Order: sequence, then structure tokens, then C-alpha cells
Amino acid sequence: MLAGFVGELRQAGLPVSMVEAIDAAKALEHIDMGDRNAFKHTLGATLVKHARHYSAFETAFEVYFGLRPRIGEDLASLPLGSGDGEGAGAGGGGEGDAEALAEALFRAVRDEDTALLAAVVLASVERLAGMEPGRPVGGTYYLYRALRRLDLEALTERLFEAMGGIELGQLEQRLLREEIELRLEQFRMELRAEIRRRLVADRGADAVAKTLRRPLVEDIDLMHAGRAELGEIERAVHPLTRKLATRMAQRRKQAKKGRLDMRATIRRSMSAGGALVDPRFRSRRPSRPELVVLSDISGSVATFARFTLQLVYALAHEFTRVRSFAFIDAIDEVTEYFGTGAEFGSALARISSEAEVVWLDGHSDYGNAFDQFTHRYFNALSPRSVVLVTGDARSNYHDPNIGAFGEIATAARSVHWLNPEARRYWDTGDSIMGSYAPLCDGVHEVRNLRQLEAFVESVTLPTVTSRIGA
Amino acid sequence: MHADPSAVAGALTAAGYLPDDRIAQVVFLAERLDKPMLVEGPAGVGKTELAKAVADATGRPMIRLQCYEGLDESKALYEWNYRKQLLRLQADQGRQWDEVSDDIFTEAFLLARPLLDAIRSPDPVVLLIDEVDRIEVETEALLLEVLADFQVTIPELGTIEASSHPLVVLTSNNTRELSEALKRRCLFLHIGYPDVGRERDILLSRVPELPQALAEQVARIVRSIRAMALRKPPSISESIDWARTLLELGIAEVDEDAVGETLHVLLKHQSDIEAVAKDLELS
Repeated sequence: MLAGFVGELRQAGLPVSMVEAIDAAKALEHIDMGDRNAFKHTLGATLVKHARHYSAFETAFEVYFGLRPRIGEDLASLPLGSGDGEGAGAGGGGEGDAEALAEALFRAVRDEDTALLAAVVLASVERLAGMEPGRPVGGTYYLYRALRRLDLEALTERLFEAMGGIELGQLEQRLLREEIELRLEQFRMELRAEIRRRLVADRGADAVAKTLRRPLVEDIDLMHAGRAELGEIERAVHPLTRKLATRMAQRRKQAKKGRLDMRATIRRSMSAGGALVDPRFRSRRPSRPELVVLSDISGSVATFARFTLQLVYALAHEFTRVRSFAFIDAIDEVTEYFGTGAEFGSALARISSEAEVVWLDGHSDYGNAFDQFTHRYFNALSPRSVVLVTGDARSNYHDPNIGAFGEIATAARSVHWLNPEARRYWDTGDSIMGSYAPLCDGVHEVRNLRQLEAFVESVTLPTVTSRIGA
Repeated sequence: MHADPSAVAGALTAAGYLPDDRIAQVVFLAERLDKPMLVEGPAGVGKTELAKAVADATGRPMIRLQCYEGLDESKALYEWNYRKQLLRLQADQGRQWDEVSDDIFTEAFLLARPLLDAIRSPDPVVLLIDEVDRIEVETEALLLEVLADFQVTIPELGTIEASSHPLVVLTSNNTRELSEALKRRCLFLHIGYPDVGRERDILLSRVPELPQALAEQVARIVRSIRAMALRKPPSISESIDWARTLLELGIAEVDEDAVGETLHVLLKHQSDIEAVAKDLELS
């Protein structure tokens, strides 16, 4: 069973090594196997070494070591009694059924009655989800079907009123709404868990796990991410930019030691009887890296653009010296939209409404964008600036204007290009990545967070700085 | 050695740290399996506190290695005491080289740093390696020998094995990805922000004179603020500070005005303060 579980974790993309699997087995010898929580925490601590992999672990754990589904329990014996008992009788999923359950759910959430909540979960799956055995699905549809009949939105309002939300102050109202939302979320989770348990009972753990398998957040393709996935990515980007900031700062400090300081070394040697045992170095004045970001925000890379702008947004909060520019076939500065206190959503809205990034037809023209940049914003570049270009280098057969890009590359300390397309598609069709690549210090395929992370690690590592002494 | 996770939880609580199930379970396993524990999580959720509480709960002294960029062998493991060696050489000038060289590379001339200290200690200790993500990847390798085999190799002296196994706690703010080799050797524990109930209990244990209702309210407001997109969400220590401030100001029930006036205790960036004020529609 453990081997199957470890296999599933690996299938889901978690890097579980042999040693870790053995550790897990050893750890299990020390715990009370009857305690499901202890069992889960033990596996979690030994097999999962990244916080962001934990949700994938939890999904797999529920499938492999979930409780048995409560099939065939007598529904009449459940404490659902709504007083007059209307509609709860003849099954088949009539409207009365849903209403009675909604009523029971209302009471369960209001009174935090866990026994009643469990009963509602069970009855909802039984009567409202309409599960059909043998179908290779992950259960999302069943969940949706059950929840739609229960109409949680109307329920939220009822709960809000019943729990005295109307008379409360503004702040308390907000807190109450959050509390209700949290309790209902708890109900959704339990409903989903029960549906999955039944699926597992029907088709076996391996088959269900396979249906539920989703790419880890770092492997989601940035060009084709869905809404929910984008949300996950956005949450993961923020720590990454902090990482970028820390590493850049680190690089500055590591290069701190400069030439030998003879005077300080000799003074230092006094305490060792004149032997030069402890060489001292002059400290170098740290250079402040400046970041200049040029983002293609045209339709062909819309999803990726949203992501790069998210990155720029986060960077603007970490670095004081970031200037950002957006272009399609014309370029405009967007730095101020990301200023202090700006919200990402509103910044994005302002870029699409206010920034002048369209010149002729609204199709990417990298050549013209770079040309305009050299004319209008050339003073943004200095020997200290690092330029990041993000885009697919698909320029719709326009003149690439290598000259202008060359000027940018010469004026800046380094130029890195992040391309969201797979490397094998570069230089096919209207992609002119190959023309720009020789002028860049690095061209990176960034199709997912994992690759972005690799870029962050590589670009900020001290690759050329020579370290004296240390 | 505690009998089961609930005994660990009890001991940690007695030491002033309120663990949840998961924390107690992992500490219990670390003790049983003799494995280092890597504690990760946002700043200010009590990672270092946990290590201190573990030391308290197990009755062991704590040795702390604070990591920083540029930390190297001579600061983490050991260093030869140059000056003492030099004096020694000058003191017996005229003797043969062989005799002397044996003399000056002995334990008497060794300056033990935290890792070696922890290994050589006759009584078992808790070794806290704090903010391990601050050292460079290359330096991480230094730790591996200590963590896996509980030994330190000094070329001039040979291998020093641990006389007692230290209970190792590493903490990380996750500013950089730690190497797989290091992670493989550790039990992993991610500590996030606590839920309302646990945060309330923490507040009550840290600020005993705080009324129950106020603690509950503080915990709920802090949860609400943490859900927003902020540069630096409030940590546990900040919510404790906030509770103290409210108490100090004699506020029995938190309303919009009270939050608005004291928000700077909870949040440390002006942009965050503005964002929260806007979101909560404070005047």
C-alpha cells in the first residue's frame, strides 16, 4: 500500500527518493497506526519536502487512505428531522428533497452541529449528486450538481441574517461573512471527500488517483493556464520575486571584498606578534542593480503577459529601481501604474486602457518597439541596468531592427530574454528569436514556474565575480 | 524521550509553546528517529520559538548557529587558534619541528564553533541552525556530515564522533530552495499561520490579562487581514503586539476606529496599511 502511494506521488510529480520512502516506512513503526491524523502527518513529514506540494499529497492521501464511504446507511435514521418532515420522504431527488436538506444544512452551519453536517453531506451525495457507477470522472461534476441544488448563495444570506449580521457594525459584518464562508467551505470539502470516497469504492484508488492527477503548480504551462491555475501561479510568483531580490542583494554583498588593505593588515598583525596572519581587504562600494523590464503584452502571449506583469508588479515592490515598459507594436512606460499601494487588478486595467502600446494594427512588432525605446527611453539604461525582455519574439514578419536592440544590449550591463514558447518552436514561422539571441546574455525558455525558478537561480548566482580571500 | 505525540504536545505547552497536532507529531518523530527537523514557514510564525520550546521540553541545553551569507567553516565548525599556536611556537624556539607540529594541532588549540560544540557535548543538546536558507549552496555541504552521521572530520585530528546525538532543528524562511541532499536528510515541517482558535489560545497564553472576547476578535480580524494580498502579512508576534496595544489603550471591543488607529502595530509597510485601510473601508 505504501509503495503504491509513493508511486502515485511520483506520478503526480513529487520528487520522492528511495531514502525518503524508507524513512517513511521506518517512521511508521513508531506511531499508532489507528490514529489517522498521526499517520498522515508522519507520511507528510517524511515524503513531502516542499510546502507547495502538500495539496497534491493531501489529494493522493485521501484517495489511498480515505475512510470507507458510508454507503447504504439508513438515511431515515440520520438526524435530519425537520420537524414536520415534509418532502424528506419519497426520494428520487424532488425539489422538496433539496429544500429539506438546505434547511438542515442551515441549522448545521448556524449551530456548528458537526453530526448534523455529516448527515447532510451523506444525504446530499445520496439524493442530489446523482452519481453513476463506472464512469471515469473525478467527481467535480457530481459536486457541482449537489451544490447547485442546495443554493449556497441564498443560504449565505439567510445565515447572515439569522446570525444577527444586520445589526452589527461594518467590521463585524465582514468578519461574520468570512466565518460563514469558511464553514460552508468546510461543508464543500466534506462533500467532495465523500464523493471521492465513493468513486474509490467504485473504481479503485489507482484509477481515481489518475483522474485527479493535475500538474504541480510549477509545471503548469503559462501560455495555456486556466483561471484557477493562474490564481495558483500568482500566489507562487510572489515568494519567487522575494527570492530574486534576496539573491541579487546577496550577489552585491558577496562581491564586497576588494583589494588587499595593507595598512589594516599590518595593524591587525600587532596582536599576533607581527606575523601577517589575518589579511584585511578594502570593501568595495556595492553597485545597485537596476532592473528594466520590457514586456510584450499582445494577444498571442496574453496569458503569459498577465503573468509577467504580475512578476513586474511584485518586483516593483521589492526593488526601488525598476522601470517597466509594455509594448505591442509601440512601447510605453508603465512603471507608475505599479507604484506603491497600487493594486494588481487596477494596474492591469490602467495598462490596457491608458498605455499607448498600439501604433498601427495591434500586432506585435518587436523592431518598432525597440526602435521607439532607443529614441524615447534610452536614458533608462546605464551600465548598471539589467534588462529583462519577455515575449515570444513573434514579430509578424516586421523588420527585427537588430541595430536598435544592439544599442540596448550595449548600453545595459546584461540582457536576458524570457520566452514562453517551447524551444523547438523558436525560429519557426514569424518567430525571430534567433536574430536577437546572439545579442542577449541569456535566452531562457520559461514555460512554467519551474523554468522561471531555474532562471532566477542562474541569473543571480555569482558567475563572473572573482572572490578574493573570503 | 516522550511516550507519544500528546506527551510532546503537553511538554511543549508547558514550555510556553502551543503546538498543533502536526507540530507535535513531527517533533515526536524527530526525537524517535534521531533525525533533524527542517522547519519552514513565513517570518514570525514561531519557528525559532519552537526550537527553544523543544529544548525546554526535553530538558536539554540549546546551542544556536545563526546563519548568514558568508558563514564558513571557521564560524560554523571549528578554527585553529592561530595566535595561541604562534605564541606556543615562540615559547619553545629551538625545538625540533616534528615535536612542535604535533603539539600545536591538538584540541588545546582548537576553537570549537557551534556545530562542533553540539557534537562534543557530553550531554545531549538541541542544536538550532537558524535561517539556514541564508547560507550559500556550497556552504550547505558543511552541514551534511553533521546532520547525517553526527560527526565532524578535522584533517589534523581525525574524525570526531558525537558522544551524544543532538536534536537538530533547522529553520528556513524559504528565500531560496535548499538542496535536495539537505532536505532528504530532514523531516519536513511547514508551519503556516494558525487558525483562529489556536491564535486565540496563543494570544491568551502570551497576554494572560487579555479578555477572552477581545482575543477572539483580534484573531478573527488578523485572519481577515492575512487573506489580503500584502507585502508582509501580520505575523503571530505582531498580532501579540497588537493585542497588547489594544489592552494598553483600554479598548474592550475593536471597531473601525480602533483598527485604523493601531494598524501600524500590525503592519510594517505604508502600502500595506493603505491597502488594508481601503479594503476595510476605514476612515
